[in-house]
Amino acid sequence: MFREMIQYRNLLWMLIVRDIKIRYKQTVMGFLWAIFMPMLIVFAGLIIKKGFSIVSGKPLDLAELTSVSIKSLPYSFFIASIRFATNSLVGNANLVTKIYFPREVFPVAAVLANLFDFLIASFVLLIILAIAGFHVDYHVIWVPFLVFSLILFTIASGMLLSCANLFFRDVKYIVEVLVTFAIFFTPVFYDASLFGKWAPILLLNPVGAILENINNVVILRQPPDMFWLYYSTLWSLGGLIISWSIFHKLEYLFAENI
Amino acid sequence: MTSSALEFHRIFKKFRRGEGYDSLRDLLPGIFKKAFEYSGGVGLKEKEFWALRDVSFQVGRGEALGIVGPNGSGKSTALKILSGILKPTSGTMRVNGRISALIEVGAGFHPDLTGRENIYLNGAILGMSKWEIQKKLDAIIDFSGIPDFIDTPVKRYSSGMYARLGFSIAAHVEPEILLVDEVLSVGDFTFQGRCIQKMQEILKNGTTVIFVSHNMESVLSLCDRAILLVNGQVTKEGEPGEVIAEYCRVGGIWVPPLSDRKKAVIKEVTFEGVDSFGKALSPGTHLKCTIAIDCLEDCRISPGLFITQFGSFVFDTTYGRMMGKPLPLSAGENVELSWSIDLNLPNGSYDLGVHLEDADTGLYHEHNFRTVHLLVADDFRYEGKYVLNPTIELSDRHQPKNVPLNQSNT
Repeated sequence: MFREMIQYRNLLWMLIVRDIKIRYKQTVMGFLWAIFMPMLIVFAGLIIKKGFSIVSGKPLDLAELTSVSIKSLPYSFFIASIRFATNSLVGNANLVTKIYFPREVFPVAAVLANLFDFLIASFVLLIILAIAGFHVDYHVIWVPFLVFSLILFTIASGMLLSCANLFFRDVKYIVEVLVTFAIFFTPVFYDASLFGKWAPILLLNPVGAILENINNVVILRQPPDMFWLYYSTLWSLGGLIISWSIFHKLEYLFAENI
Repeated sequence: MTSSALEFHRIFKKFRRGEGYDSLRDLLPGIFKKAFEYSGGVGLKEKEFWALRDVSFQVGRGEALGIVGPNGSGKSTALKILSGILKPTSGTMRVNGRISALIEVGAGFHPDLTGRENIYLNGAILGMSKWEIQKKLDAIIDFSGIPDFIDTPVKRYSSGMYARLGFSIAAHVEPEILLVDEVLSVGDFTFQGRCIQKMQEILKNGTTVIFVSHNMESVLSLCDRAILLVNGQVTKEGEPGEVIAEYCRVGGIWVPPLSDRKKAVIKEVTFEGVDSFGKALSPGTHLKCTIAIDCLEDCRISPGLFITQFGSFVFDTTYGRMMGKPLPLSAGENVELSWSIDLNLPNGSYDLGVHLEDADTGLYHEHNFRTVHLLVADDFRYEGKYVLNPTIELSDRHQPKNVPLNQSNT
């Protein structure tokens, strides 16, 4: 199935380009949307932080604000990708029933199209942080690995959900609900350490573990927590293998059941 | 035909009527129901039906196979199985070569993208590389005939333009095996002509083609061989002309109402004026057709003779129309009736049939669509839909007069 994906890489690329293009066609703000949506989450986080500091009386420090903004971007990438990928097979029903090619390209293209937004937003955020005088140390080299792990986990979830949504159309409503409440279970606007000895429960969520490690290497300038690093990487790789094989096994049923 | 490009061996495909469970809400009750009535195997459960039943065929390399049949007979299902979109319930198939399926033109178009962007996207969907698309971009735009609108989003296209662009992309894929499902009937008259031309070009390049169509003329002109699918089964295989004639017969274009009680039967039909119906007849051949009728009960009948082509009537006459009154017969009587006709038919294949119509009830005691098969040869002297027995005369030659044309007014 890997060979097939390589054979159809042109199609994958075209689908990514299509998804990006149509998202910004006929919009007033165009590519600003790529920055706007993640920035909204960042601002929401900043306002909450400000609210906390007013209530608790503690002054708001810069590190906390940067932490919220650094974690918000990957989180918003994950959420947007999941939403988009879940509908990727059903949304392309006319292709699924009419033409043969590996159907994996749909959820993968959906995730990678969102990655484009994520990269643009990260770039903008980086500039803002650099101007604000924020600096990092060599631990930052872990970031690409962590982001890669997040992408794999996102693709794994996207494949499974797109496939589930094809067979059961109410899956997308369930995903909507989960995604809406996920912000409470994921350490984005707060740090897991806030929960003391209960923190590990929060990190069982692999997205939470990845975000915390990003926080570790960028904001705290320390090595990543190895246990949670292994844990989340295992989720990414294992998840991808399992969901890809499930996807592949069910693929022949897609055209009939869509 | 040294090796086969495609092989379908005893393919079965099962589908289910009605609605399936497509939400989790319905799944749980469904599982319990299933647990009690699960039978397994390839047998049919309630609401299921065979879309394809024991279908086998082979297509040689470079051959063009036509598949004809009524709607819902399984033609598209067969193509979808060949292209890998659907998996057969049982049976095996073999595909040798890069396959490309045109199940529907413009299936992958995105309305918000321009024509040019859609060429890239659709090309990729049909399996072309970016380099290949770039190389053929001009040819595709040129063939579609809509270069002025190529940078307009396709949602602003008319349905004809949409179809033109879709076919144009598909026609430039250059696969080894091409599956075509009723896509030639797009666009206007001139574009359809170009589509057929393009298909012939593709065939000439040695591409194996499987062609599903309701356009009998294009099947006849493009295919080397044809199969007829009815209710998921192959009922006829062979020469396109024969298969199409069979299709038109079983296709139920018109079913003669038969009488319950046979009051008269045709004992024999004989022909004069033709040595053998196996070889092509020249237009204008004089044919005498004699039918011997046995009367079983008293009746008034109107025997008839008719010629059809692909199920539509070319010629039809009856005793009643010719004589102005029906033929009264009494039980036990025998009678012979002869028609003489000139086969002023253009070249093509025809079926000659006879019938016995009851003049009182309008029902048929006998009705035979294909008593003989007529093959009319081409006459190089004329062409067209009708043979009008042209003659030609040339008057005596006169020497030109020395009067220039422009002076004739003065």
